[in-house]
Amino acid sequence: MAVTHGVHPTVAVLERHLTLYRRLWQASVFSSFVLPVLFLLSIGIGVGGYVGRVQGVDYLSWIVPGVLASTAFQIAVGESTYSVLGDFKWVRAYHAMRATPVGPADMVRGQLLYLVLRVTIAVVAFLVVVVFFGGLHSPWALVTPLVCAVLTVSVSAPVMAFAATIDHDSYFSLLFRFVVIPSTLFAGVFFPVEQLTAVLRPLAYASPLWHAVELCRAATLGTAPSWPVAVHAGYLLAWAAAGFFLAVRAFRRRLED
Amino acid sequence: MADQPLIYARGLVKRFGKFTAVDGIDLEVAPGEAFGFLGPNGAGKSSTMRMIGCVSTPTSGELRILGMDAVRDGPSIRARLGVCPQLDNLDPDLTVRENLVTYARYFGLSRAESRRRADELLEFVQLAERAGGKVEPLSGGMKRRLTIARAMVNDPDLVLLDEPTTGLDPQARHLLWERLFRLKQRGVTLVLTTHYMDEAEQLCDRLVVMDGGRIVAEGSPRSLIETYSTPEVVEVRFPGMSESGARHAAALEGVGKRVDPLPDRVLVYVDDGDAALAEIQRRGLEPSSVLVRRSTLEDVFLHLTGRTLVD
Repeated sequence: MAVTHGVHPTVAVLERHLTLYRRLWQASVFSSFVLPVLFLLSIGIGVGGYVGRVQGVDYLSWIVPGVLASTAFQIAVGESTYSVLGDFKWVRAYHAMRATPVGPADMVRGQLLYLVLRVTIAVVAFLVVVVFFGGLHSPWALVTPLVCAVLTVSVSAPVMAFAATIDHDSYFSLLFRFVVIPSTLFAGVFFPVEQLTAVLRPLAYASPLWHAVELCRAATLGTAPSWPVAVHAGYLLAWAAAGFFLAVRAFRRRLED
Repeated sequence: MADQPLIYARGLVKRFGKFTAVDGIDLEVAPGEAFGFLGPNGAGKSSTMRMIGCVSTPTSGELRILGMDAVRDGPSIRARLGVCPQLDNLDPDLTVRENLVTYARYFGLSRAESRRRADELLEFVQLAERAGGKVEPLSGGMKRRLTIARAMVNDPDLVLLDEPTTGLDPQARHLLWERLFRLKQRGVTLVLTTHYMDEAEQLCDRLVVMDGGRIVAEGSPRSLIETYSTPEVVEVRFPGMSESGARHAAALEGVGKRVDPLPDRVLVYVDDGDAALAEIQRRGLEPSSVLVRRSTLEDVFLHLTGRTLVD
């Protein structure tokens, strides 16, 4: 019998993603590392020069956690769309896995682990750069990669569920246009949500990104977040749990055809 | 284990909504057998294969694979199957070798064992020289060989091949058949679907003919020919056939056991071709050409599933 359970199927799925990434990583360096740094420089220093201080700190320090969390958010969403649909529709990699002991939950978990890894690397690299700009004000900054990891699962999982349900990639442009971009603009990344009219504020509160931004900001500035930490974290975890459930269900249904 | 069938099905049914793809079939496949599903498109072959591969749940009936329940023990069964699907699903962005190593890991093989198996199988399917290359530029035949190597990566007890040579050129088909024949010689149990009669005759010890979701005949290629056809077939052509086909068919009635008029020729199913030739001559018929050949599975197939085109 050749079957020796040396490696968990989830880890085997993660390995596939890492093997693919080894070939494509150069392309992702710009979007996941260089771009956030450019953002920080142009908006943090450029715009910051006019803005001055926000909530008692210099603008650069204020937007560091925002750009950090939104970088995680962008990678998490971006890597859960075309690649997931493609692995169902064109590559049929999930169908190939389905013929092995790998189950739908392994497929989802393996991909989420991969994304957490991707995001963590990008976030840590960004933090290292930020240290040189004096953008971190508290040792609590060390927990921001963990916050970004949780954020990754809480947005990747539901987006994967969505990608596994649709049949055409044009739905993704709707997702970016009406969910991702507004989230990035109004989730407290560049300005406090208190600036928003009361009508728009609930949109920020609904977005997992805002909760992650709040936690990251509290951590890098060494202040207390707007709401209790447990509420922010609980909200992110609820998205993660619901998203995971929906993604596994969507994968199972799609592979049953 | 030796006496237990690898596949055991009773009253197996698969419905998609109102459409019944598989309509209550019984099957048994023994270890070491090369077993084929033959049938026109839409006969239910692929649906049956997907149920055997434990990726599709039977609507009703009993299905046991390797002595386990296909519904309950899916992961344990799949751990011991090798599957070569009809549509290639290789990873185009991975190298040839990475495709095998990655897949081996899905079965829980150690890294070292995965690499060893990959190299051994690339040798077996004659792709060792392409090991470090991408999958994309491979020819159709090479991709199929790689898929078969991938199906062998966990040293399976049962290999499922869904139309393994569809779309390949004759050279590629023959190479593939030869590799599959070697697997068979090693004692690997093969189950395949095909609509190529020559493929079924080449590879299968035993086969079933499916039509409309049911099994309409079962046996070895030879026994099917003996049961549903005659040892020889005489193909008779007449000048100006198309206008007067029916009349010519009538003139040949009684020469053999059965007469099958086609638009361009008349097939006469006979025990003895030479005797039939003599009879045609005795009747004073003047065909433009006469060909005596051995009966093939194709004759059985067309007899059982009809000549109507199925799309």
